[in-house]
Amino acid sequence: MNKTYNNKAWFFVLPVLLLVAFSAAIPLMTVVNYSVQDTFGNNEFFWAGTDWFDEILHSDRFWDALGRNLFFSFIILAIEIPLGIFIALNMPKKGIGVPVCLVLMALPLLIPWNVVGTIWQVFGRVDIGLLGRTLASLGIDYNYVRDPLDAWITVIVMDVWHWTSLVVLLCYAGLVSIPDAYYQAAKIDGASRWAVFRYIQLPKMKRVLLIAVLLRFMDSFMIYTEPFVVTGGGPGNSTTFLSIDLVKMAVGQFDLGPAAAMSIVYFLIILLLSWVFYTVMTSSDAEEGGRDHG
Amino acid sequence: MASITLDQIRHAYNPNPVSDADYALREVDHEWVDGGAYALLGPSGCGKTTLLNIISGLLHPSHGRILFDGKDVTGLSTQARNIAQVFQFPVIYDTMTVYDNLAFPLRNRKVPEAEVDRRVREMLDIIDLADWSKRKARGLTADQKQKISLGRGLVRNDVNAILFDEPLTVIDPHMKWVLRSQLKRLHKKFGFTMVYVTHDQTEALTFADKVVVMFEGQIVQIGTPAELFEKPRHTFVGYFIGSPGMNIMPVRLEGSAVLLGQERLDLVAAASVNPADRLELGIRPEFIRLGQSGLPVTVTRVEDIGRRKIVRAELQGQPIAAVVNEDTEIPTDAHVSFDPAGLNLYANSWRVEERA
Repeated sequence: MNKTYNNKAWFFVLPVLLLVAFSAAIPLMTVVNYSVQDTFGNNEFFWAGTDWFDEILHSDRFWDALGRNLFFSFIILAIEIPLGIFIALNMPKKGIGVPVCLVLMALPLLIPWNVVGTIWQVFGRVDIGLLGRTLASLGIDYNYVRDPLDAWITVIVMDVWHWTSLVVLLCYAGLVSIPDAYYQAAKIDGASRWAVFRYIQLPKMKRVLLIAVLLRFMDSFMIYTEPFVVTGGGPGNSTTFLSIDLVKMAVGQFDLGPAAAMSIVYFLIILLLSWVFYTVMTSSDAEEGGRDHG
Repeated sequence: MASITLDQIRHAYNPNPVSDADYALREVDHEWVDGGAYALLGPSGCGKTTLLNIISGLLHPSHGRILFDGKDVTGLSTQARNIAQVFQFPVIYDTMTVYDNLAFPLRNRKVPEAEVDRRVREMLDIIDLADWSKRKARGLTADQKQKISLGRGLVRNDVNAILFDEPLTVIDPHMKWVLRSQLKRLHKKFGFTMVYVTHDQTEALTFADKVVVMFEGQIVQIGTPAELFEKPRHTFVGYFIGSPGMNIMPVRLEGSAVLLGQERLDLVAAASVNPADRLELGIRPEFIRLGQSGLPVTVTRVEDIGRRKIVRAELQGQPIAAVVNEDTEIPTDAHVSFDPAGLNLYANSWRVEERA
């Protein structure tokens, strides 16, 4: 059979290329543009070379924010992944409970991010918030505006409340795809509850778990809206994550050059970490696949 | 190893069964003899798997009792019943090696590791996977995986019975023969009670000492392959077993004979029939002779199936099939005659037994 070569096909790709160019490539190039120049307004630019990058990479402020961000992502993954698996394992597999649970689980995911922030901001307030007042009346000294630890706890609990559902839903999808025969065979083999989890459920959930880890890592590493609404990065700089710091620098201080340099560094970090995650995950998969036929 | 007695087992998936139609199993009373090889044969949805799961304890029957060697095990869990089961799709533990897969049921039962090693190695030899023991199980072919499933059952040498739920469905045809003969050999060697569910008659007939034919939630016949062939107790058995199935033709009773259209056939069994019953005559294609004498038929089609031919014809407006030798000539004005040994009379679908 002769293959027909038809360059008209390129026209069909064109709209997407244009869209991506306008939404991603061109703005990114603008940022690159800012990161190597200095401006004082009036559309006057002065070549700055790698000065801004030097400044950013040698500033404690950047490394502190990065450290906080990594720590935050680590805690989020350490809580949400096991918790999500645990909830998914305990969700009903059939009956009226299934739709009820699914809807309940989906609810936090449907709420706009700044609304989530506002909910928790009000919820935790010591003067009028349900949580804040309750804790205060129990004699617990809780104030997320004043105490860095309380602020951290609030932001983490809020994120867990907001995003654990995503992990639950992904894991649940993996679990329901396991044929009954596996559980029956495990029963016949006398497997314990733990062995069923370890050798049947976990391997079957592995693929969706990889996606869950990747998504939760990227999202938590880029978190901005919710902590910005609740704590505004405070008290002090204790909950100032990279994205919040970036906005402070760009919009608050109008330091466009350093902010642009920071954006690029930030972008590269996310790209790098996501790539590392992805490669580690898929290679562990491919390795087993390779052993399959080798 | 044990004998298994099913005492008036009924099962409905619906919690409040009203009519017979609500029951996946209508009533099953049967004893599986210790060391026997049984095939459970029937079309999809006839209750085979339900019955199997009741024996293994994965399902609790709505009514009735199950006895192993006379001991009531109805309330016992699958584990306590000590049953092995091989499923339709191979169930293996992907992340474990072949060796660990086989060791899994033993380790779960806290068998000492030295004993585990001895038994697993023995089993690896039996199922021809000794060279694969260190490999992850997920990359194996379907038949190798199914061998592991089987091995996981056999490695526990004290099982009461091994149940097979259509285990060869996903296996390539040429491997089916290999596995089936291996299984037969293992059965001879170990002498376990074996119940084998299938909808494939060849598999059932070549495999089992006794075939249990199920239809619409009940056992319609239990017999050796020869019995099922020669004296099907129910028209369903006649139709389901054999290729092509039995010819079933409606007949009318007249005295001690039956009328097939205008033709009169003398049958001993006709004497014991209640005239109100719906009567049918059953004859297997193998018992029909084609020739110049007998009942006139119109041949509609001839199918060549190698050494034999299937002749499709019309007899008194009824389609019938006959199996003849390859070199038989098909006459232009064909007539058929019935071998009396192959004639069966059915009243309301059940075979009329001759009075002794």
